[in-house]
Amino acid sequence: MATEQRSAVRPHESDPASARPWNLRESYLFDRTAIAEIQRAAREGIYDIRGFGAKRRLPHFDDLLFLGASISRYPLEGYREKCGTDVVLGTRFATKPLELKIPVTIAGMSFGALSAPAKEALGRGATEVGTSTTTGDGGMTNEEREHSRTLVYQLLPSRYGMNPDDLRRADAIEVVVGQGAKPGGGGMLLGHKISDRVAEMRDLPKGIDQRSASRHPDWTGPDDLEIKIHELREITDWEKPIFVKVGATRTYYDVQLAVKAGADVIVVDGMQGGTAATQDVFIEHVGIPTLPATRIAADALQELGMHRKVQLIVSGGIRSGADVAKALALGADAVSIGTAALVAMGDNSPEYDEAYREIGSAAGFYDDYQAGRDPVGISTQDDELAARFDPVVGGRKVANYLRVLTLETQTLARACGKTHVHNLEPEDLVALTVEAAAMAKVPLAGTDWIPGVSGRSG
Amino acid sequence: MCGIVGLFAKSPEVEERLGEHLGAMLVQMSSRGPDSAGVAVYRDPAPGGWSKLTLYSASPHEQWAAVRDELRDAFGDCDEPGIRASHAVFVVDSDADAAQTLIRERRPDLRVMSAGEVIEIYKETGPPEQFAAAFALEDFQGTHALGHTRMATESRVTTEGSHPFSTGLDLCLVHNGSLSNHNRLRENLRREGIEFQTENDTEVAAGYLAWRMREGATLEEALDGCLTDLDGFYTFAVGTADGFAVLRDPIACKPAVLAETDEWVAMSSEWRAIAVLPGAADAEAWEPQPEVVYVWEKEKV
Amino acid sequence: MAVVAREKAAVEVVDLASTPLRELNRRLHDLATAPGPAAWRILNPNGAHALACGLDAEIDVEIDGHVGYYCAGMNKRATVRVHGNASTGIAENLMSGRVIVEGNASQSAGATGRGGLLVVHGDASSRCGISMKGIDIVVGGSVGHMSAFMAQTGCLVVCGDAGDALGDSIYEARLYVRGSVAGLGADCVEKELRDDHVEQVARLLDAAGIDADPAEFRRYGSARQLYNFKIDNAGAY
Repeated sequence: MATEQRSAVRPHESDPASARPWNLRESYLFDRTAIAEIQRAAREGIYDIRGFGAKRRLPHFDDLLFLGASISRYPLEGYREKCGTDVVLGTRFATKPLELKIPVTIAGMSFGALSAPAKEALGRGATEVGTSTTTGDGGMTNEEREHSRTLVYQLLPSRYGMNPDDLRRADAIEVVVGQGAKPGGGGMLLGHKISDRVAEMRDLPKGIDQRSASRHPDWTGPDDLEIKIHELREITDWEKPIFVKVGATRTYYDVQLAVKAGADVIVVDGMQGGTAATQDVFIEHVGIPTLPATRIAADALQELGMHRKVQLIVSGGIRSGADVAKALALGADAVSIGTAALVAMGDNSPEYDEAYREIGSAAGFYDDYQAGRDPVGISTQDDELAARFDPVVGGRKVANYLRVLTLETQTLARACGKTHVHNLEPEDLVALTVEAAAMAKVPLAGTDWIPGVSGRSG
Repeated sequence: MCGIVGLFAKSPEVEERLGEHLGAMLVQMSSRGPDSAGVAVYRDPAPGGWSKLTLYSASPHEQWAAVRDELRDAFGDCDEPGIRASHAVFVVDSDADAAQTLIRERRPDLRVMSAGEVIEIYKETGPPEQFAAAFALEDFQGTHALGHTRMATESRVTTEGSHPFSTGLDLCLVHNGSLSNHNRLRENLRREGIEFQTENDTEVAAGYLAWRMREGATLEEALDGCLTDLDGFYTFAVGTADGFAVLRDPIACKPAVLAETDEWVAMSSEWRAIAVLPGAADAEAWEPQPEVVYVWEKEKV
Repeated sequence: MAVVAREKAAVEVVDLASTPLRELNRRLHDLATAPGPAAWRILNPNGAHALACGLDAEIDVEIDGHVGYYCAGMNKRATVRVHGNASTGIAENLMSGRVIVEGNASQSAGATGRGGLLVVHGDASSRCGISMKGIDIVVGGSVGHMSAFMAQTGCLVVCGDAGDALGDSIYEARLYVRGSVAGLGADCVEKELRDDHVEQVARLLDAAGIDADPAEFRRYGSARQLYNFKIDNAGAY
């Protein structure tokens, strides 16, 4: 069984010509991927930097199932009986909270990591369906502000491009403490993506490898974060919701501290969250999965009496409406997508397979965002490559995908008898594995057992 | 994460209003420490040969007179307890170690907050303003005091988890920051016979200081030891029978400000706590350097 | 940008002991787009945070006393003078205009500043000019450790001494120190002081109103060895 799971991610095994002969046995520890990486390290003498999120299998929303309607619980009819999907973010302190039509937002990804047309497509798609996009570690571009009806502006340790005018023309401000791919790490952009425009926005020399700080330059710790958030509110005359984003590690304490520091909204990014560039070891071995992070974060808010008063956005490996619905059921107010949005726009699409193979990868496996040679034109700063990407078509794809996510979420919510997706609750779920039951604190299907919490074991 | 305040009186007028000033300073630190508050006040020395214990009870209707009787039975003489909210101060005709041992044996349900000849530690969950009122801080007179407001980082909000932590007789520690190697250090210190009641990192630092001084180190040497043996971010303020000490870690990300006039020396995480003191506008103000142990003691001033 | 008429009237005095900070900042922000007093005096700051931040107007703001964190944060065009000490992050992310501190500044003075001039007549603490992106900073006294950490562009002039790890991971910012440097950070080296550098220091000292001989300063900047990842430099990361 383990072999079948791994074969799905091996490029050569998808090619029938290299099917494994019967007498050869691969090592679990030193499989081809491990061998390739050890030998790459021996050749190059530097750690492997790549994009994308954690690729290894982790307990995730797939390990949960919904208990649909039956005799004791009644479903809603599609179409006629409404299932609401709207969400308001930032009700705690801001005078102008965000009102979104769907509980899915676009996560922070920088101009620099992504091409200008890719950022434009995200803005177009999000605006079409009534949700928000987020700037990234390079600041706000005029195009993004123009194309995105609702734009969240990130405040990162680097402070590249940070300025009060953008703070004021943003719809919300997101203080980034960390992200799921690399909690405790700073931003990274390699030289070939530091184009003239990127260099100017970030006040860096062109073509260098950008180093970024992992801590904020003018505050450390939640007590000083409280003062920083206060400053941001003063500069924007208390209008904008302030988000605090963390990579999922000590999530219970982080969520409570973010509340105490004055956050309106908390964004928790599980270890599966994507990145444009960081060390592979960071991506795969730091942080906790999105599944337990979601439940812990919601419980932490409940304990403070702040659930639904300080909104929770969860990200890291959201792919389908099932993932969305389960995250909401565990207590999130909304989810955020990054990798999925890029995929929707064409990243890793099979029609580009030949182009991927020319640069040493293959469709379905491409993760070299850091190299900036993306043949689809999304994660590149090369003008020629970026020109291949049509932002209008891309925007439509993003809008379509967001619609499907929403419809799927509604389908599942209706089946559970909910008139609003926020009425989904943990009791609508059961788990398929012991790990998922423990992490999500829902019972193992067919039992009343929640490991560590209740019921009989074995 | 938290707020720290400290006040050392150089004049009788400031000694007279020590608690009032400290309470005002404490309340200024509420937003950085909304979860709980605590103070260590140095006042009313016990007579020669006697000692002072501050005890905490989780029971709202504690019969403190019964505790007084136990102490009288064991040691012959004990004053009427000074009761403030959930705490009671006992001055007893015994050395502090024997008194503490008795309490631990006879009344393990009570917590010993502090022991010594001059120190009194009070701490409780809830906002600082509430704490200041409940414990009638404005009534305190004394020579010096430390205060702390807490925003719990990696442990629960409990009375026991609040600062100041008592590290030994007439000793206490308050901390702003977050340690990163306290779990292993706690295990090592347990093997050395130091006891811990919480999962709190500050308690480990307090235990470390207690251990070093038990093994013969001076306060300065013990604090110097922190620079090598503790990992993480910290501004420490330590209270002693004669004064207080301040130390910042080498990276020094957590704030600290000191100020002095002819009437007082004050320490805080933020200037606005010092700004409430009389004459603050004309005080000499400076920031303690990282990795330097600063000490103020009664004789030296 | 619209030119807004300024009243040549008396100084507008605001006492923070009786006026909420939020109201004062709102009034100062309104000057970006509406006429109002050009000169302000703030009494009893008492360590308040975020005082006179986010300004965008050619006005003068005098503050009588010590300020808390982030005073004059993200300001444009305005001149702010603190008659006292400043806590963490004075003039953080300054865009333009001037900020003057008569006393000492705490850590992260001028952090990530992108333009304008910050003057600290006393000492600045650790991380002075951290991640600076075009601001000019002149310090009459000394600066603490990790100053000019990851400094990208702009100029830091220190008349006193500099603490350890000066200019660690520095990019293209220029550092001038007259006194001793406790230690240089990764990729920061001493560089030759030529005539154009002496002129730059002279200009900045003059703008700061500080009397010192520009020729007595030493120049520090990036060795540019960390600009592209190389395994030999792994120890520096």
